[in-house]
Amino acid sequence: MTGPGPAPGDDRVHHVEGEPVPRDADAIEGDALPAPGGQLPVVGPVVRFLDNRTGLVTFGRTALEKVFPDHWTFLLGEIALFSFIVLLITGTYLTLFFRPDGTQTIYAGPYAPLDGTKMSAAFSSVLALSFSVEGGLLARQAHHWAALLFIAAIVTHLTRIFLTGAFRRPRELNWIIGFTLLLLALGEGITGYSLPDDLLSGTGLRIIYSITMAIPFLGPWVASLLFGGLFPTTQIISRLFIVHVLLLPGVLIGLISVHLLFVWIQKHTQYKVPGATEHNVIGLSLWPGQAFRSIGAFLLTAAVIALLGGLFEINPVWIYGPYVPYAAAVPAQPDYYVGWLEGLVRMAPNWQLTLFGITILPEPFIPGLVVPGVLFTVLWVWPFIEAFITGDHREHNLLDWPWEAPWRAATGAAFATIFLVLLLEGANDVLAAWLLIPVEDLTQFFRIMVFVGPVVAWIVTYRLARARLEHGTKPIEPLGGIALRRNATGGFEEVHDRAAVDAALGGGGRK
Amino acid sequence: MTAGMEREPARYRGPRSVQRTTRIERRAELFVGLLFFATILATLGLIVSYVIGANTQVDGVLLAIALGGIGGGIVVWVQYLMHTPTMIEARHPMQPNPVAEMSPAQAAMREAESGFTRRHLLLGMLFASVGGLLTAIAVPLFSLGPLPNGRAWFTTAWKKGSRVVDVNGNVVHASQIPVNGIMTVFPEGAPGDAMAQTVLLNVGPGLLQLPADRASWAPQGFIAYSKLCTHAGCPVGLFRATEHDLMCPCHQSTFDVLDGAQVTFGPAPRPLPQLPIQLQPDGTFVALGDFPEPVGPAFWNQTLGGGA
Repeated sequence: MTGPGPAPGDDRVHHVEGEPVPRDADAIEGDALPAPGGQLPVVGPVVRFLDNRTGLVTFGRTALEKVFPDHWTFLLGEIALFSFIVLLITGTYLTLFFRPDGTQTIYAGPYAPLDGTKMSAAFSSVLALSFSVEGGLLARQAHHWAALLFIAAIVTHLTRIFLTGAFRRPRELNWIIGFTLLLLALGEGITGYSLPDDLLSGTGLRIIYSITMAIPFLGPWVASLLFGGLFPTTQIISRLFIVHVLLLPGVLIGLISVHLLFVWIQKHTQYKVPGATEHNVIGLSLWPGQAFRSIGAFLLTAAVIALLGGLFEINPVWIYGPYVPYAAAVPAQPDYYVGWLEGLVRMAPNWQLTLFGITILPEPFIPGLVVPGVLFTVLWVWPFIEAFITGDHREHNLLDWPWEAPWRAATGAAFATIFLVLLLEGANDVLAAWLLIPVEDLTQFFRIMVFVGPVVAWIVTYRLARARLEHGTKPIEPLGGIALRRNATGGFEEVHDRAAVDAALGGGGRK
Repeated sequence: MTAGMEREPARYRGPRSVQRTTRIERRAELFVGLLFFATILATLGLIVSYVIGANTQVDGVLLAIALGGIGGGIVVWVQYLMHTPTMIEARHPMQPNPVAEMSPAQAAMREAESGFTRRHLLLGMLFASVGGLLTAIAVPLFSLGPLPNGRAWFTTAWKKGSRVVDVNGNVVHASQIPVNGIMTVFPEGAPGDAMAQTVLLNVGPGLLQLPADRASWAPQGFIAYSKLCTHAGCPVGLFRATEHDLMCPCHQSTFDVLDGAQVTFGPAPRPLPQLPIQLQPDGTFVALGDFPEPVGPAFWNQTLGGGA
């Protein structure tokens, strides 16, 4: 634990009790335990310098010894964090060239097909940073890919947390923070995606404006204040910009810090590996094992994003063209993380409530805000819902395997099915063209599936989990007859060792 | 710190120096060295690429190699060349143990606190003043935009006698739109206007089944509807000529062109408002007035029929 002691020939001055304290403070290395990283070039002297002035190493050593369990699923949250760091770096580079300006200009740049086209200064600056700035297109595409990875990593991380019951006491708050982070990430995605002011994202903004207008009592006022008047407005791009680059990232950084602080204080959960109990943590210490692995994983994540950004075109706004209110791109597809919302708005029936000539509940309100609100609220407060239903209010540090809580796994599968059906419905026009099915029939099918699918998924998952659970916990039946093992010469020999037989049969009696 | 004392390695193979370098380790050393070398080459390549202005693909691959070389190298290094022992650390319940007695300091703090909490009237006024402050700070948010006022949400730029023009402001002639043709049109003076956008279609004579009071609104099979979808405001631009359907590309709301743009599919709650137009002797069109009802998506308290 305490690393190697001073090397032979170390000429550090040791302070002997009773002697006057030498004034040359840097010469004092004290009798403290060697600092972590003390062996490394450059790092060692810097650490010693800091420690002699702040005493941070004493704190730091305790911190660096902290034990973290090791499992590949614990990497998902880390990938989200790494993607976020890449987003901050690439995003900062983009702000140096992007102009959040909705003023209309005439394009006169190197991209010939749009020469002389009327467009906003924002769209024009996106073309400029894509075509004329070295590394600009790479940064822009990497930023977009990193955003897709960020949200995908958060969703899979939350799924892992959900299925293993990691959200249970004492970690309910961290689930809520994590889920809030997902909402903020979605907000970042939507605001960032809208900034280039291209035809596709402008149409998206038009839909958001319409959904806002539909809020009972407040809609027209809220929409007008948020967008700065009747759609389309010139202010919206600069407003989205400050939300995208300052407000939301600020809240994200704050909440991510609290999220990690809670992981630190509460210590990481662990799977039921040999030796693991509710009262211990088995794993690697933060320094050096986990720290180096995380740094390596960060760089590998960044490398994958760089490769995607360099080789795979994403959001080619010059093909969509600048936003004009009287045209729309076909087929119109948002990024996947908005696809489920798009599907919800597409499949909703055209009902709205009108009383005495007053539109009380305009059509887009329920599919656009109420249903997503209900779905997300249920997931958001899930730890409390589950504790209420099961009556289990104990602290849990050991993770369930998904099948150990069939009811929870089934509910998770049902939710996933709802979102999957909605996501497919959000791409109904593309699917219809691909499958050669009328888009109306496909929508009718998904309208049924969004109710039937989750029920089927629930039952199937529940049954599978029960079967796995019962199979796993049932003591293995003593085998009749004799067990044989094939030997090197091709013949068979009788096996008398019971344990070896069990192992050969796949270890059915392990749990 | 006591927490540190509770951590112990589960198995510890002894100091690094007493272990022999295995063949796997020598291979790992070589591999890590190669990866770092790849990073060095890639970073040099990136600088060259910047100077000569190479393309995005080259930059992306070089950057991926540069990042991946260090990242991969570190991971291999830590996996094969560092002997990181498995450690066990105790954990404690998050619920704090109840404290039996208050310390004098805590008692003094509690006493000081009561000087605050027992003055209910002052506390109430403090909350009220903070609330007032927050409200006062929030009020300027109304500067964000004009509140919807007057008829802006209910009317468009179309007026009685407005000439029909295309997106470039050129007057539209009937001969430009063949049977089953479609064109996006605007009132003269407002080409490209978001609220006034209109589709002008030619379905040919004798097919339209309009209500009697609109019989004169669609001369010789030329018919004009608001292009703003009544669902979420996307431009309804897809005309399926064989079905005589207008379809919105965003959410597939479908409107029957022959039947006054009645909704036949999708989430749109009402037909597209129809623009009354007249065909002039010279083959151009004029509007007989604005749309008879508000265009675009439904909103709270949208009064159909245009109100008073």
